Amino acid sequence: MTLRVDWRLSLGLVGTVVKWLALALVFPLLVAIYYGEVSAVVTFGITTAIALVAGFGLEQLRTGSELGHREAFLMVALTWLVVSLVGSLPYVIAGNGTVAAPANALFESMSGFTTTGATVMGDISFETHSRALLIWRQESQWLGGMGIVVLAVAILPELSVGGAQLLDAEAPGPGIEKLTPRIAETARALWVAYLGITLVEVFLLYGLHLGGLAPGMSFYHAIAHGFTTLSTGGFSPAARSIEAFSAAVQWLIIPFMIAAGTNFALFWHVLDGNPSRLWRDVEFRFYLGLMGVIAAILTGLLFTGTGFLPGQGETVVGSLGTAVRHAVFQAVSILTTTGYATQDFNTWSPIAQYALFIAMFIGGSAGSTGGSIKVVRWLVILKALRRELFTSVHPDAVRPVRLGGHALDERAIRGIYAFTVLYLAVFFIAGGLLFLDSVRAGLGLSIIEAMTVAAATLGNIGPGFGIIGPMDSYLPFSRASKLFMVGLMWVGRLEIFPVLVILTRSYWRS
Amino acid sequence: MHIVVIGAGEVGSSIAADLSETHDIVVVDLDPDRVESLTFSEDVLAIEGDGTSLSVLEEAGLDEADIVIACTDDDETNLVACSTAKVGYDPFTIARVRNTSFLETWHRGVRVFNVDFMVCTNLLTAESIVRMAGLPAARDVDTFAEGIVQMAEFEVAPDSPIATQRISEADQYEALTFAGIIHEGEVIIPDGDTVIEGGARLVVIGTPESLREFASEMAPEAHRTKEVVIIGGDAIGEETARLFQERGLTPRLIDNDEDHTQTLAERLSDTVVMCHDATDVEFLIREHVDKADLVVVSLDSDERTLLASLLAKQIGSSRTVAVVETGEYVQLFEAVGIDVAINPREVTAEEITRFTREQHTENVALIESDQAEVIEVEVTPDSPLAGRPIKDTVEELPAPVVIGAITRAGAFVTPRGETVVEAGDHVVILVSTGVVDTVLDAI
Repeated sequence: MTLRVDWRLSLGLVGTVVKWLALALVFPLLVAIYYGEVSAVVTFGITTAIALVAGFGLEQLRTGSELGHREAFLMVALTWLVVSLVGSLPYVIAGNGTVAAPANALFESMSGFTTTGATVMGDISFETHSRALLIWRQESQWLGGMGIVVLAVAILPELSVGGAQLLDAEAPGPGIEKLTPRIAETARALWVAYLGITLVEVFLLYGLHLGGLAPGMSFYHAIAHGFTTLSTGGFSPAARSIEAFSAAVQWLIIPFMIAAGTNFALFWHVLDGNPSRLWRDVEFRFYLGLMGVIAAILTGLLFTGTGFLPGQGETVVGSLGTAVRHAVFQAVSILTTTGYATQDFNTWSPIAQYALFIAMFIGGSAGSTGGSIKVVRWLVILKALRRELFTSVHPDAVRPVRLGGHALDERAIRGIYAFTVLYLAVFFIAGGLLFLDSVRAGLGLSIIEAMTVAAATLGNIGPGFGIIGPMDSYLPFSRASKLFMVGLMWVGRLEIFPVLVILTRSYWRS
Repeated sequence: MHIVVIGAGEVGSSIAADLSETHDIVVVDLDPDRVESLTFSEDVLAIEGDGTSLSVLEEAGLDEADIVIACTDDDETNLVACSTAKVGYDPFTIARVRNTSFLETWHRGVRVFNVDFMVCTNLLTAESIVRMAGLPAARDVDTFAEGIVQMAEFEVAPDSPIATQRISEADQYEALTFAGIIHEGEVIIPDGDTVIEGGARLVVIGTPESLREFASEMAPEAHRTKEVVIIGGDAIGEETARLFQERGLTPRLIDNDEDHTQTLAERLSDTVVMCHDATDVEFLIREHVDKADLVVVSLDSDERTLLASLLAKQIGSSRTVAVVETGEYVQLFEAVGIDVAINPREVTAEEITRFTREQHTENVALIESDQAEVIEVEVTPDSPLAGRPIKDTVEELPAPVVIGAITRAGAFVTPRGETVVEAGDHVVILVSTGVVDTVLDAI
């Protein structure tokens, strides 16, 4: 049998990416040196060496042929898998706490790169883990946020030819927008916007600290949270997440989470001198509107106390400022799939949790760092449904679905329907399987809890309800469940199709 | 003036006929038969040849030409002809186009395509359809003085409140003048004692608001057009739909070509585009075309247009406008009961003629197959009209003239017997075509 996919080329390119990953490992290495963490220096030294060797090794497979559509799928899917494997090495080599177990380390690493933010690190503290390892955990989310492959296209000239296909396979949302004639420049523009906004957040956070408004927000924490806000990641070196910080920090993080869930191409247009493109964008307006509605509902629930379980939230009920802060923060955090929390929403009543549960399926905008289904898809689906209603009254009407003035191609609409149905199907099946495995392992998950686990991992959100609440961890799950969730996070980050397509027979053959 | 007209089709012939009395016209056309027939039917010089060829244009007297009018049926030919005419010479060039995008491009710069004035057939036709819709009972609407003054023809129904009244009784409207009456094909320039007969048509000149008010009183049951159905998605249909949607309406556009309706639907965001055969009565009733205030039919052949218009009329739509490609059929359409038949070429010819005459007359509308004209004129200080009340000056003119409107520094002045016309005013007058030049010379 002959394979129709040049897998050696794809694997070779993965090697190139892994080789360059060694550069990213230098950052935690420097942190380790700065803090004098000798064992961490060794850990990251070894990992860097392994990355270089593995990278160079894989690179030898590379053939001279051009990157086609199929090779692009394979390369993107494998890159995320291999990078997560390499990224899990420091947890194993450091050998501290629960993440030292290989399955847990892979879970933590995949959760990092896919910006999920689900953790199996039982004890998150500087006593158990080095600062270098904890900053690596943050950095992995930042690298995964705008996308490893996007970054690779931005800096590696050899990827410029098939670059558009790579970006399309990796970037969230249907289709990509070429901002410049050259795809590498587009990728660079996205990364520059991403880096710029991250730096602004880091300095503002540290500025709050210097201004005395954020006692806990040291420079280390400012960088750590900058990494995971803009990537909609949600990891925090603080065990109690953003609850550990002052109200000023919580308010400041909100606009940056909103920015992270926005299409970064829009920021490029703003910087390019077209600020009106931002507020004229229909997806952006719908995104803000959805967030506003959910935040308003939650504010009402929390302020009146109906949003809390009996005996909970006595500091929030009746205090409008606090209620607004917690409602907006949680709504934005879950909708953008960041996964930060300023409050344990396990103390919230089912009705308030239900509002968050819905937000889990919305996700960020296309071209953002957010996960889940994406705002633009819901917008198109709603418009297409409205058209269905219209055409059932006027069967002869010809009515294209419009988005921001221009008509959408019917194939694009079909693709959006297909993705959404597939996403929900994977969600339901995964929820069922996780439930069955929890019964087998004697974990005793309720079916609803199992469903939120599936939603939180597939949507790259992180926290859910019940045993995986924002202040809890995924540690109790069986190893089989954890590895299954690694798969869910991987599939969710790449929006299912690039992974699913390489599992089909026709992809390899005809 | 020496005018070269390129294209001897309906537009070219009609322009040539209208202008030949006062100007030297040379017509250029590729078709020897057309050249032959024009040579004998009109007092013009007709030359056989390609209007985009410089030598042919030179033969037509390009060196002494003041105006070159390119009005063939092909847009690109017209544009190239205008550019050719500008090589080494500097006549004023007028191009006729169908495609609206050429007009848009032309508006973006100065003398784009070497065209000094561009007339877009499709847009002109669509505009006249839309203007008609603004005035429920109006048949033909023209604007003057940058929109301050409008002229419209109204049909006087036998049971209309003003039927059998004298002009002096009926003329109770502020800012409105009854300028002419068309009765059994004759244009009458009325005085106060003329009786308005039922079935006649009134030519009314005034401000757009007063005309709208008059229209609603003439036909109180016909309110402002709301429901518009356009049958046929050709360029005119599309342009009409666009103009209606710009005016806040949601027109419905019916065409039976699947791919074409898809494109139309993508381009027209506030129009409901439907893909179906417009001669299917069951469909028309299901989509309530019978309840429409206005049905515009513009199909690719006049036969189908006639059929669809008659169907729309028969199922009970209140007003039907048909776009007729062949000029001779216009009367036929109206004879069988279609409310208004519009011929795009006639509209175009009218616009080009109006523009060409602009040197002394600024705006002109032709009434009832050219029997009378409504013209906008600027009053010069040495004109007999200046400085005296209208009732004294009008009687001194060589032929009967009605002053329908006066605009002074951009504002509307209602002309009454005592009104004094000042130098610099623009007057909109109605005059019989036969005496236009005599009257204009006198003024």
